[in-house]
Amino acid sequence: MTTIDTTDTNDMPPQDPNAVSITINGRTVSARKGDFIIAAADSIDEYIPRFCYHPRMSSVGMCRQCMVEVEGPRGPMMVVSCMTPVADGQIVRTDTPQVKRAQEGMIELLLANHPLDCPVCDKGGECPLQDQAFSHGAGESRFVEEKRHFEKPIPISDLVFLDRERCILCDRCTRFADEVAGDPLISFTQRGNNTQVMTFPDEPFASYFSGNTVQICPVGALTASPYRFKARPWDLEQRESTCTTCSVGCRTVVQSSRDELLRYQGVDSDPVNWGWLCDKGRFNFQSTNSDDRLSTPQIKSGDSFVASSWSDALDSVARVIRHSREGSVAILGGARGTNEDAFMWGALADAAGITMRDANLDDGLPASIFSYPQATIDSACAGGTVILLAPDIKEELPVLYLRLRDAVQKKRIRLIEISSHETGLTKYAWKSIRAESGTAAAAVPGLLAQADVSAQLASGPVVVVTGRPNLAESASHTMDALSGVLAVAPSASVLPVLRRGNVRGALSLGLAPLNGNDAATILEASAKGDVDCLILLGADPLSDVADVDLARRGIAGAKFIVAIDTFLTDSASHADVVLPAAAYGEKDGTTMNLEGRVTSVVQKITPHGTSRADWMIAVELLTLLGHESNFTTLSDIQRAMSAAVPGFGSTTTAVAIKRDGVVVSVTQRSPESAATSVAPPRNSYEFRLDLSRKLFDRAIGTITSPSLANLAAEANIFIHPLDLDRVGAAEGTNVRVSNSHSSIVLPVRGSFSIPRGTAWVPFNQIGADVRELVRRNESIIDVRIESM
Amino acid sequence: MTGGTWKHAPGFYVGDRPQVVTSRFQYEDSYTLERYLATDGYKGLRSALARPASEIHDEVRNATVLGRGGAGFPAGNKWGLMPQGVWPRYLVVNGDESEPGTYKDRLLMECDPHQLIEGCLIASYAAGLSQCFLYIRGEMALAQERIAAALNEAYAAGYIGKNILGSNFSVDIVLHWGAGAYVVGEETALIESLEGNRGMPRLKPPYFPAANGLYGQPTIVNNVETLANLPWLLNNGTAAYTAIGTATSPGTRMVAVSGHVNRPGVFEIINGITTFRDLLYGDEFCQGIRNGNDLKAFVPGGGSAPWFTPDQLDLPFEASQVGPAGSMLGSGAVMVMDSTTDIPRAALTLTRFYAHESCGKCTPCREGGTWLERILSRVVDGKGTDADLDQLFEVGESICPGAFPHASNEKLGIAAVPFPYRMNTICFVGPSAYAPVHSALTLFRSEFDARIVKRTMIKVTAVSE
Repeated sequence: MTTIDTTDTNDMPPQDPNAVSITINGRTVSARKGDFIIAAADSIDEYIPRFCYHPRMSSVGMCRQCMVEVEGPRGPMMVVSCMTPVADGQIVRTDTPQVKRAQEGMIELLLANHPLDCPVCDKGGECPLQDQAFSHGAGESRFVEEKRHFEKPIPISDLVFLDRERCILCDRCTRFADEVAGDPLISFTQRGNNTQVMTFPDEPFASYFSGNTVQICPVGALTASPYRFKARPWDLEQRESTCTTCSVGCRTVVQSSRDELLRYQGVDSDPVNWGWLCDKGRFNFQSTNSDDRLSTPQIKSGDSFVASSWSDALDSVARVIRHSREGSVAILGGARGTNEDAFMWGALADAAGITMRDANLDDGLPASIFSYPQATIDSACAGGTVILLAPDIKEELPVLYLRLRDAVQKKRIRLIEISSHETGLTKYAWKSIRAESGTAAAAVPGLLAQADVSAQLASGPVVVVTGRPNLAESASHTMDALSGVLAVAPSASVLPVLRRGNVRGALSLGLAPLNGNDAATILEASAKGDVDCLILLGADPLSDVADVDLARRGIAGAKFIVAIDTFLTDSASHADVVLPAAAYGEKDGTTMNLEGRVTSVVQKITPHGTSRADWMIAVELLTLLGHESNFTTLSDIQRAMSAAVPGFGSTTTAVAIKRDGVVVSVTQRSPESAATSVAPPRNSYEFRLDLSRKLFDRAIGTITSPSLANLAAEANIFIHPLDLDRVGAAEGTNVRVSNSHSSIVLPVRGSFSIPRGTAWVPFNQIGADVRELVRRNESIIDVRIESM
Repeated sequence: MTGGTWKHAPGFYVGDRPQVVTSRFQYEDSYTLERYLATDGYKGLRSALARPASEIHDEVRNATVLGRGGAGFPAGNKWGLMPQGVWPRYLVVNGDESEPGTYKDRLLMECDPHQLIEGCLIASYAAGLSQCFLYIRGEMALAQERIAAALNEAYAAGYIGKNILGSNFSVDIVLHWGAGAYVVGEETALIESLEGNRGMPRLKPPYFPAANGLYGQPTIVNNVETLANLPWLLNNGTAAYTAIGTATSPGTRMVAVSGHVNRPGVFEIINGITTFRDLLYGDEFCQGIRNGNDLKAFVPGGGSAPWFTPDQLDLPFEASQVGPAGSMLGSGAVMVMDSTTDIPRAALTLTRFYAHESCGKCTPCREGGTWLERILSRVVDGKGTDADLDQLFEVGESICPGAFPHASNEKLGIAAVPFPYRMNTICFVGPSAYAPVHSALTLFRSEFDARIVKRTMIKVTAVSE
């Protein structure tokens, strides 16, 4: 089992040598050298109106709304407070007639060409321009001329619409795209009064982060298709929560109206997401509202399902568990749920003697990854060196990519990347080497022994960001490479980047494999007929296990399958009993992100149909199996969790009120010694298969969100353009991809991001399934590519 | 030598005055290397290279060579603002002369490109600059051609490039031309444009590119005329230079006069001494107002300067006197309006230019400039009202808070408001749009009053009565 220590990340900072003291409207404010006046004013709630200023982006001083008066040698000077740094002894006034005159004048100018179509504008009611026109404007406009006209709105991407008439040209969206996201796909065109934001010809604003521009737009110029005309802000209710789409754990507010989820907005959590969200996390609320959701328990009868009552369904599940042979019940999954869900299912498994459990689906790293000294996102971005032994962070954990990219751009850290193909972070890396799958461990010592690299490693803290870079490659290769890094940099800490929402919580709270019985072992056992009851706790092995043959055999071999899920997934359709689960936004609890940070998730709407939270199902089964259970509410579970898991309790109660959560560091008592893998000899005629995820794929939460469903690409196989000749295939033509296990046909594409000899196939896209060629007992997969 | 002697270059009028930068304008082939070498060309560079760089820098500083671009900041002091030991550092020549009424740099580039090149080389040597960029306004095709040809000649003759004239001093000069934006004449916008970005001014602070300019490196931005002064200074020495003009404004300066004078053109006048009256009425200069008309108003320093009336004719070209009088010398362009001028329309012409040339970056200029233009058009078209005239001041107040500089006027009984103005904008384009409106309305209100539609207020009787 695990022991847990609690570290409060909000210790008092040491005395700051850069402290300065300024006076704003007669009040003394302490600030740091380099702060701007507007930030200092914010810290004492002296509100200075602003449009272009955003604390997470560089100041541009474009809107000129934040003018204030500063005492100077020649009397009071009007300055823009978002550009003027504080200086010791500075005297600032934000309330003089001159300031008021300037601010009113600026509002009037901004409103001059603004259409004032507030009654039909989505932003109306939560619009900084509207609000500040009331709070800091003169109250009427003297602009009688005809306003500027543009075609409106125009789509600038699949998700975002632009209304140039409403735009006040604050440079927030364009600055975000360039500075924060690194996708400078929107920019100003034209000049003067005709200036407008626009995409480049034939290049849509296809950024994974486009939704943030909608959130930070201070007017209704940018709107996102999933929310357009869905609600008025004053009808929305909101609660602060944590996104569990991936394991970064971005803070969000969940907004609903009429008991329907309508929007997520990013919340600025300093140690995590800084207010940003990726488009997948932002817009997949549509999935919760989907008509395809499971609404009642269903029992298989012949080839089809029959709706049943919860009591009948749970009875039959309890009966099967009770009648199963000892050690023949297995639980797969749990990463989708809350900590409380995982804890209750772990407790149920303990009580019922279920020893086969795994929250990973053979696509992560062994839980022993948590036994190394752990890093946080902040500690990785604070300074020193970050070594990436990871999948493409931009594709899998987009907001972590933003944080790492920011740390590189601000020259705080240097990235060293070892990867099998170029990733989103490659161009920000200080050193980036391509090591084909299976050879990373061999490449590590040589790379780290280079003089400049060892000097860099010695210059500061080292953090290894590690995850599963290639699903067609055994995890042991990554673990070997990690050992290699730690041999050179023994004081390095590790930031595990397992992708699934609450996988760390589930693994820490009772759903980690026991005695090495991981998901693959469980499916193998099931294939042999050793599993009488297979419980799929939000798991879909047929879609998610890289060795699809194993998944298929495992599902087929299980005598009885219980699927607890929100949708009837591929695997769930093979189940004997399907229980509808409450989705994100439909249940309260806590979650744990990839750092081990525990934060709250909240219920905002009534669960769909009769669906229930996972923990409720576990409690019911516990009772039906004849165990004493005192659990009726979430707080009962949290109390039990505190008692059972040392150190956890003080966090769960505090979490509900704390935005940034609490980092719980988990130490594995006995790290398993993973068997090292040696890549088999390389046949130079073959390509090494590289199977990794893109942000948008056929994941159930994505394809059931209408606005995201079309963003998944067609399945392709990517090879180096020079290898196209070797294969004898033209770009875009079909090729046969085969090995001794199977053969599939895929269109081939050339990409310079892929090294020669490697074939990259994005995981789970529309089209032929390359997983047919993957067998997990082979530590790497080589394939032949032949033109047809 | 192919060319003979011209009376003068087209548009240039020489008088009986010292010629610092225009001495070669009399030759038809003034732009060739051959002519340049025959008239003391590159002699200043040779003498500079024989002395330590710091000495040259001191010489320029002691001579108080004022910047001729508009702000009048002494070049020697500007060079001294660069941080020590940061390399590379650049010289950028601001040849994006686009202030309405200004065409002096154009003549300097067209008629004497080698003089400018020699000036660049001397500046680079004195201030320790490793690379020079010559940024020429996009519309000046002839200037670009002549500079390009001159650069080729100078490279071939070893005046530019590696180990110039056998010394250890090496510098390259890169020619670049603009795409037609007025604001690129502003030094930080010029740097942005040179870097390949949209020509928009940078935010201040940092106030001077000397610390952080082109590609984030220390950069000196000098006007064409400023640099063209250097060869003469090196040839004749500080004493000869400061002997011309006044102590605070030594040397000569190029002035471009346009508008209702008998002889518009470019003149090299004596800094600090020549008065506007000399310039407009002097026989060696403009020879009076056309058709013997009365002078109504004139713009003393380019389109963005507040206007003067005949009351200010006796002011000399001296910043320390023109500033308190309510305007600026700016880029050395005088625009003259005689008694037949339609003042509201003249103001509109200038305001329309600045509104059009706004880069769109900051609100007051982008929205305010256009708004001024639209209100003013309405007034000029005879459709304005009393409220519109007040509104012009109101919009101006949003661009430039507080009192806006203007000249005094005896007839109207108003005192001058000294230059400079305060501004809510990032750069001077916004205030420039307001300056003509403000001057015209302040000094010639009656002409506007005559244009507006008088509206009769109908008294509303309360129902309860």
